[in-house]
Amino acid sequence: MMPVWLFWLFALLMLVFGAAVVINRNPVASALSLVVSFLGLAALFISLDAYFIGVIQILVYAGAVMVLFLFIIMLLDLRAEKLRRINWVASAGGLAVALAFFVQVSYVVGHFKAAARPFPPLPKSTGDDVQNIGLVLFTNYNLPFQIIGVLVLVATVGVIVLSQRETR
Amino acid sequence: MVTLGDYLLVSGLLFTMGFAGAMLRRNIIIILMSLELMLNAANLSLVAFSRFRVDQTGLPNYNAQVFVFFIITVAAAEVAVGLAIVVALYRSRQTTHVEDLASLKF
Repeated sequence: MMPVWLFWLFALLMLVFGAAVVINRNPVASALSLVVSFLGLAALFISLDAYFIGVIQILVYAGAVMVLFLFIIMLLDLRAEKLRRINWVASAGGLAVALAFFVQVSYVVGHFKAAARPFPPLPKSTGDDVQNIGLVLFTNYNLPFQIIGVLVLVATVGVIVLSQRETR
Repeated sequence: MVTLGDYLLVSGLLFTMGFAGAMLRRNIIIILMSLELMLNAANLSLVAFSRFRVDQTGLPNYNAQVFVFFIITVAAAEVAVGLAIVVALYRSRQTTHVEDLASLKF
């Protein structure tokens, strides 16, 4: 586990830039805020001793998914949105539902006895994180792993079909 | 001392931001980014629970981390397909604003 101030630093980084994703009018600024937010999240994963998950978070999200987002934004040539007439009733409704969700979560966490306990210590040598996850993944979860491979193949074929130009 | 509750609260706050973004923003690409924020908030709470439930061998519960691995894979596939749909939509309607895309068939 990392020191307490580092936890709050990374949590604050993640939350501030997560809010910036929603607030920014320029899609490019939103996408870059999302990268910083995911870097903070990866640091939080590493603070939980989940090194493998933290590394693939950076590789897959900050590396692949965000490049895809930026590529599409540049391809479509999206500018900062012009101010439109805001539907105040719908906006207030959405904000109220989101706030109600957060109040519920904080109430449940506040009444959850185990949530107040600190994390149990790990033994000095937990072995290799990647090896442990790989062992579980390829023994207990072998069939779901194969199915997820088929899912990625289907997604690839679907993207190719979708991006074809229609020729009638 | 950082507790499990702190991680769960931070995760809930991140989910709330993603949810508010999906409800309030009208740009499809921003809505897709908000979906990513929500998926990652769920991942954070799963990893926190994984670290909290140390089993007999003294290792964290790796089942949750395998689940997070699957969620990241599915999220990557979802973004790829979603952005391809956005490009196809932009090609026929020249907009990514959801209020301009109110009709189901065009």
